[in-house]
Amino acid sequence: MGTTGVIPHHPHSISFWQSSNGKKAVMAVTGAIMFCFIVGHMIGNLQMFLAPEHINTYGHFLHHDIIEELWIIRGILLLAVGLHITATVQLALRSKAARPVGYSRKEAINSSYASRTMYWSGPIVLAFLIFHLLQFTAGYIHPQAQFVAGDVYGNVVSGFRVWWVSAWYIFSLCLLGLHLSHGLWSAFQSIGCAHPRLTRCLKIAARATAIVIVLGYISIPISVLLGVIK
Amino acid sequence: MKVTLKIWRQKNSSDKGQFVKYRVDDVDGEMSILECLDVLNESLILRGEVPVAFEHDCREGICGSCGFVINGVAHGPERGTTACQLTMRHFKDGDEITLEPWRAKAFPMVKDLVVNRRALDHIIEAGGYISVGTGQAPEANGLPIGKEIADQSMDAAACIGCGACVAACPNAAAALFTGAKITHLGVLPQGETEKGRRALAMVAQMNAEGFGNCTNIGECTAACPKEIPLDVIAKMNRDYLCGSIKQREDLPTPVAPVVQGA
Repeated sequence: MGTTGVIPHHPHSISFWQSSNGKKAVMAVTGAIMFCFIVGHMIGNLQMFLAPEHINTYGHFLHHDIIEELWIIRGILLLAVGLHITATVQLALRSKAARPVGYSRKEAINSSYASRTMYWSGPIVLAFLIFHLLQFTAGYIHPQAQFVAGDVYGNVVSGFRVWWVSAWYIFSLCLLGLHLSHGLWSAFQSIGCAHPRLTRCLKIAARATAIVIVLGYISIPISVLLGVIK
Repeated sequence: MKVTLKIWRQKNSSDKGQFVKYRVDDVDGEMSILECLDVLNESLILRGEVPVAFEHDCREGICGSCGFVINGVAHGPERGTTACQLTMRHFKDGDEITLEPWRAKAFPMVKDLVVNRRALDHIIEAGGYISVGTGQAPEANGLPIGKEIADQSMDAAACIGCGACVAACPNAAAALFTGAKITHLGVLPQGETEKGRRALAMVAQMNAEGFGNCTNIGECTAACPKEIPLDVIAKMNRDYLCGSIKQREDLPTPVAPVVQGA
């Protein structure tokens, strides 16, 4: 039977955004943008350990002196969050479809706890982020105290005096740390930066950075609860 | 020693499939798990039952034919070995050993422990080659290649295409396989010139086949019988990114995937 077969083709080529590799590169870049914000926000927050006027002046500076620039940054961050989540959801659905029949037994032999829980730590941190913005930026939720616009220092102290607000904050920030400890390294891998020596350093650096970030953030509610900041 | 093998039995792709337990009494510690299956199959044939289907060829860990998930780990609990190299002394007398096929949408079921891995061949066909002019072989010393580069290429070229990386990945991604093929050719001067086009074509085929995405968690490299490093995935991503930026021609169109609608 000498039939000349025409090789059947996929209906279309696969664009950058359609490929899982492209989506992961977008996740790496958007993750890096969010990480820059996390570092900046932490440094701003640490002014809580100075006199109240420092952080209040800083808040006034952000909300009045550079309000246009602030909205540009907020727009970029919102776009980054949106793209990061869109890519995650699409990739998660694709991965779920890639294994319709699961294993009866499957052991994890090499992956870190952080890497396996990215799908959980991410959404919980998002839920926290919404609560956090409603509490400290908008002032809609401020349990057991009155939110005073402009009095950043007072709001933080009265907010964190409520034990469950602090507990929720500390829990979420620990999950953010877990997310970062894998994500910071994974981002380099997704954009193609790896080297036998570099990779080892990056993994350690990612964990160390995540620990510093978590400690920097949770030092504030802990200090409020202990009465160091009042 | 005596072991109980809990094996996935499935007549064909349309059959539902189920686990069946078999007791194997005369197991020697020096047998490989494939030889243990041979012993079981002989007794099944004598009893008039259908033997367990599994793939195998060289039985010395270099052909990439064998492989199934043994107690939840692709190729079994020993690192850097294929199923054919896994000897029964690594199990205890009376153990129950679970054997399951590679599970991925891109690897459709054939029978029992055998799956169709043609999707990996499609990825190779898309770009796992170098375009060279014919003629006399060039002078061997005319193209110096540093040892580090040669080693990097050889480490990636050790991939036998068994599919354990896909099986071990929680996302059923073929990133380690594709990365190994891209690295093996792309770091050498002969293959470097078309690395962008190669990465675009192979990544496109990998995506068309319906493999999942890489979350860089590293289960693949631990399950890999050739211990291919995770760096090859970064190399694939780098070549794909650079290729996407520099690309001047139309994007390559993948061939029809093994599983339609993937």
